[in-house]
Amino acid sequence: MSEFLQQLLNGLSLGAIYALIALGYTMVYGVLRFINFAHSDVFMVGAFIGYYLGRLVPENTVWGGLVVLLVAMLGCAVLGMLIEKLAYRPLRGAATLNVLITAIGVSLLLEYSGQVFFGATPRTFPAVFPSVNFTFGSLVISSNQVVVIAVAAFLMVALEFIVHRTKIGTAMRAVSLNPKAAQLVGINNDVVISFTFGLGSALAAAGGILYALNYPSIDPLMGVMPGLKAFVAAVLGGIGNIPGAALGGLLLGTVETFVNGSQWSTYKDAIAFAILIIILLFRPAGLLGKSTVEKV
Amino acid sequence: MKTPALLLALLTAAALTAADPIKVGEFACLTGKDATFGQSQHKGIQLALEELNAAGGVLGRPIELITEDNQSKPGESATIAKKLISRDKVIAVLGEVTSGRSLEVAPLAQGARIPMIATGATNPAVTQKGNYIFRVCFIDDFQGTVMAKFALTDLKARKVATLTSVSSAYSVGLAKFFKETFTAAGGTVVAEQKFSEGDKDFRAQLTAIKAANVDAVFVPGYYTEAALIARQARSLGLPMPLFGGDGWESEKLLEIGGDALNNSYYSTHFTPENKEPGVAEFVKKFKARWNGETPDAYAALGYDALYILVDAIKRAGGTDGPKLREALAATRNFSGASGSTTIDKDRNASKPATIITITDGKLKFHKTVAP
Repeated sequence: MSEFLQQLLNGLSLGAIYALIALGYTMVYGVLRFINFAHSDVFMVGAFIGYYLGRLVPENTVWGGLVVLLVAMLGCAVLGMLIEKLAYRPLRGAATLNVLITAIGVSLLLEYSGQVFFGATPRTFPAVFPSVNFTFGSLVISSNQVVVIAVAAFLMVALEFIVHRTKIGTAMRAVSLNPKAAQLVGINNDVVISFTFGLGSALAAAGGILYALNYPSIDPLMGVMPGLKAFVAAVLGGIGNIPGAALGGLLLGTVETFVNGSQWSTYKDAIAFAILIIILLFRPAGLLGKSTVEKV
Repeated sequence: MKTPALLLALLTAAALTAADPIKVGEFACLTGKDATFGQSQHKGIQLALEELNAAGGVLGRPIELITEDNQSKPGESATIAKKLISRDKVIAVLGEVTSGRSLEVAPLAQGARIPMIATGATNPAVTQKGNYIFRVCFIDDFQGTVMAKFALTDLKARKVATLTSVSSAYSVGLAKFFKETFTAAGGTVVAEQKFSEGDKDFRAQLTAIKAANVDAVFVPGYYTEAALIARQARSLGLPMPLFGGDGWESEKLLEIGGDALNNSYYSTHFTPENKEPGVAEFVKKFKARWNGETPDAYAALGYDALYILVDAIKRAGGTDGPKLREALAATRNFSGASGSTTIDKDRNASKPATIITITDGKLKFHKTVAP
């Protein structure tokens, strides 16, 4: 029983990170209907901002950790908006495939410039948050896991609030529903799209820092696998759907952890992706996605 | 009028006497996940190269080293080896520390009939690829046996768990040899957990190991994974000793793992604390060349690999592949930085293993086990 609870906790803390990255994929998809493959590399840049900044703030302090987290989120928000302005905006109105290829290009650009600027050798991420272990019987909870789950939960609630309770959130939903009509009612689509990229990238940066806190060896290609998993999580939950991305992330993280702890651990990715295929067979739009009927 | 003519004559004479260099290829993981392996190997080889060339090279010819980086990625080494062999026309290939990437190059060197000397590749399969493939380190049959006996007698462990990287030939092989000896000697391996190279989350496997209630955990992986495993094991409340093989040998191990590595042990090829004259002298020279850095096992093995190659070139009287192969196979009691090297009939070196213990965040020499 305690092993089950421990695995569940391990799975949730891994899933929370997938969920944070998945939110960025899903938001951009919701507004622009394309997959921003560079998202997983923004996640990596977030971790590296944390790495360089983490050496300037005192180690093992809550405020130091929060400063690192906020600056990384801010830095990546700017990066995300910059990517959108330079790479995607000129292609607005072009075929989706063109934008998709550009996104892959931006992703590779970030990965390999990362190897040039940061070096390909893994770096050790500093312990920016204080780390203690809480023991309940045989259940051990590390403070990093608590930080991951708490920050992820807080950011998801904040995101829900922004999307449903603020003016810019309403504008985002309007652009998502019908960009032309949104423009007609006076919404500046460029501002909304830019904001979406900024918000999504900030979440990716938070994911990057939280990931690096738990797995303190970072390198320029660190975003590839978590990015792929988060993308799967977004599709699993129903791409374009914000609670769906969170649910998909948590589900994927938990399944992966349970498989990993069993004797079939070699097949962990195969099993995780098989579940994706099965769910999509029965619910093609994902767990929480609504299938839209295209009228001809 | 006279001066240019004299200069020209001098230059022609110089060009005639300066013999063609002997080209030696090196492939190494200079960057990427296992970067310290490649960096150490390269620094060792570079030091040997500078010493040899300062002493006039070999057979009156200087040695030219051509080094290529495989970025710790699978697949890159084969491309590099093809380039070294067909374009650069190297007379021998040196490398690598990991078995997986050495296995990529071995068939190519064998096919081209060019000797290859692996520095730290311990998986037995490497030299079984053909009679042109050599190594200057011990093999995992021996290392697995050493660690199994160590677990039984020194750690007094009866029940152990293994945590193996399924995508590394080294890890799979070492785990197998460990288990064979350990179970034959009365111990039991109660949990066999697995991961893949590049994984960073081991909590699931460690939680399962925790539930299995073991005396010690054997982690036959490379240093990045081993260090992350140690951190996650301690944070999950697993206090028992962790132990591994020569894949742990890296300055990065302690940097990533920190205090979590206390109460851990690993076997390796070399310790700078060894008081043999050859070893002490190498440590002194290495520190002088590389800004006071202390050499690790792969620096010593890289250094020895080039010296053993040059020794064989001298005995063969040339760089012709088959003759050089014969000379390498006849290497006996070569005294170098990593102790004495004798190439056996399977082209492996039979050498003692050193066990290192980690206490208070520092590496300490524990003992040496002779083959």
